[in-house]
Amino acid sequence: MTAPAPRLRPAADRRVQLMATCICDAFYDDVAGATVEVLEHLGCTVDFPEGQTCCGQPAFNGGDWAASRRVVRHTVRTFAGDCPVVVPSGSCAAMLFHGAPLEFEREPDLPAVAALGRRTWELADFIVNGLGIRTWPGRYEARVAFHRSCHSRGTASGAASDLLLASIAGLQVLPFGEGEQCCGFGGTFSVTFPHVSTGMGTLKLDHIRAARPDVVVSGDMSCLMHLGGLAEKGGQPVRTQHLAQVLRDALRHGGLLPAASA
Amino acid sequence: MPNQPLDQFAARLPAEQRASVYQSTKGTHEKRTQLLFDQFADPDRLRQIAGEIKQHVVENLDTYLPAVEAKLRANGAQVHWAATGEEACAAVLRIMQARGARRMVKAKTMVSEEIGLAHYLEERGLEALETDLGEFIVQIDHDHPSHIVRPIIHKNRREIAASFEREGLGAYNDDPETITRRARQFLRHKYLQADVGLTGANFLSVESGRIVLVTNEGNSRFCLAATRCHIALIGIEKLVPRDRDLGLLLNLLGRSGTAQPLTVYTEFISGPRRPGQPDGPEEMHVVFVDNGRTDVLATECRDILRCIRCGACLNVCPVYRQASGHAYRSVYPGPVGAVLSPLLAQGNFAALADLPKASSLCGACNEVCPVNIPIPDLLLRLRAKGKEEGAPLASAGAPPMGAWALLASQPTAWKAALAGGKLLNYIPAKLLPVPALRAWESRRSLPEWRGGEFRRWLRARRRAAERKPAP
Ligand code: SF4
Repeated sequence: MTAPAPRLRPAADRRVQLMATCICDAFYDDVAGATVEVLEHLGCTVDFPEGQTCCGQPAFNGGDWAASRRVVRHTVRTFAGDCPVVVPSGSCAAMLFHGAPLEFEREPDLPAVAALGRRTWELADFIVNGLGIRTWPGRYEARVAFHRSCHSRGTASGAASDLLLASIAGLQVLPFGEGEQCCGFGGTFSVTFPHVSTGMGTLKLDHIRAARPDVVVSGDMSCLMHLGGLAEKGGQPVRTQHLAQVLRDALRHGGLLPAASA
Repeated sequence: MPNQPLDQFAARLPAEQRASVYQSTKGTHEKRTQLLFDQFADPDRLRQIAGEIKQHVVENLDTYLPAVEAKLRANGAQVHWAATGEEACAAVLRIMQARGARRMVKAKTMVSEEIGLAHYLEERGLEALETDLGEFIVQIDHDHPSHIVRPIIHKNRREIAASFEREGLGAYNDDPETITRRARQFLRHKYLQADVGLTGANFLSVESGRIVLVTNEGNSRFCLAATRCHIALIGIEKLVPRDRDLGLLLNLLGRSGTAQPLTVYTEFISGPRRPGQPDGPEEMHVVFVDNGRTDVLATECRDILRCIRCGACLNVCPVYRQASGHAYRSVYPGPVGAVLSPLLAQGNFAALADLPKASSLCGACNEVCPVNIPIPDLLLRLRAKGKEEGAPLASAGAPPMGAWALLASQPTAWKAALAGGKLLNYIPAKLLPVPALRAWESRRSLPEWRGGEFRRWLRARRRAAERKPAP
């Protein structure tokens, strides 16, 4: 999984389109909101194409490429334009720059799909490598376990997230065992292979808990939905936050953003 | 909702077995990574180059195979071509019969597992004895390997000691050194009695016709030390263009497979005994096995033919670690097997069409593969194939995607569904309408449904911004 290069960089007006992701649209509105606040704090003009739905990954991973292409085509139409597309998910970003071109290999509209891929950035990658920001202001008092999601393997997102987190005053990033291992979510894998999936998740939680973090952070809500849900079901809930929420809360605690905005 | 066969197998796997598979794969993986990154400035670049070399071979088999055949013949070997596993077994049988041979000693070779050679020969009254310790234990237990490099990763030493006792190899003793010594004693006699020695090949150089074998026990040397006839069973994809490509590939193979800079024994065999040479088999046969490989070559999954069978993808794979090798119901388990086994099943793809689904697509396999095979992409292609061919196993337990795609390509319907999903908050988990959600909820709590909230928040924020006077 490698990000396409060269990618479309932000213009001087820093206009971007936000892809909120279906999981945030359905469950995690605060993560999408935090992404908006963080991007606007950085001087971005954030457009939200109202017609957006999903990146098409569920059907792509399920092997139903015809169904997936239908959704990708809709996404390509919805995100027409020429500014970067920023998405608070390494998984959806990888779908657009890696997965979608794979399932469009033989399709006449491959160029349009590939072009959207080149415009697409995962949030941390965009902040660090798109906007050139290397330290994060504000303050966040917490011991953090950062789960690097698998879809950011081979991309710049993992290092970008590490860089941002490590630079936040008051925040301590805790290493934990087998950090490179998958949490076991894997989309429909989580329900069609329930034993394997939860076995993987339990192992991940054991490693994370051994580091005694205050909060588990990731750039992908799907991993956190799985890990958080598993922990809660097991009677030992863990606190989870998306990286965007940590960045926003650091700004809030540092007085750089109002405490809660609407 | 029925979960997938591999998941059912994993659920039944004794905890002790899972723990020992986990411990030993984790240990090898971690040592492998440390060794590669300690000793090379840019191991990922090496993996890419090795991948390019092997991909080049895969794409030029049509010229490399005749070239290596000519080289082998010039070196004094006899060459046989087998289109199927059955043909390969028959070729070996013919070679043995022509010599009046009855006893074979075998070094470890996955392709012989693939074609069921030992069983085939035994059925015909011939002896085919495994000499790799792990394979020997598999053989006396009438079991199957569960890992391509460590066939008995699923067994503990108490089980092995009990098998040895049962086979009359000494009173119960589970000390690993004793077990090894007893196996060695038994095998030494067998080497001396054998007529034929069979090996595979880790690599075969087109340039020189040299067969390269790596082992840690030296058993392949013994197989060839006392026997008069050497048969090498070689998958057609095992070629490398030049001898000097071996430097890179051997450096990667040992480190990736067993976390060793180099395996203990590396043999280069360039033909039968020549006049004046003191020892070695006087006759050498190379049996090239296709058994579905040219069919794989014709697909977009041909990259899997680069595989050098190091086992690194098994070791790192979280699914393999949970399920162990037998869960894959085939000779090749783990990520490589999830791609290769259904493809090599030829007419029977549907019977293994679930294996490509047995992955969270985490990509760890690609990250460790010494020949950089994009395994997740190949799994995805096979999922699409399973769906296209309507293989029931490929879709068992998965939610249907057609209706979802319709919804996700119509914004108005999507927004309505986002609002309607609120219902989820009021329905007890067991009554959830969608089987996938029920399956989720049985093991993990579901977060609160907040469909549409973000869009509402954003609209309010935009309105508030418009009301503010411009700065
Ligand atoms: S696919 Fe790659 S990692 Fe897996 S066994 Fe083959 S060479 Fe090794």
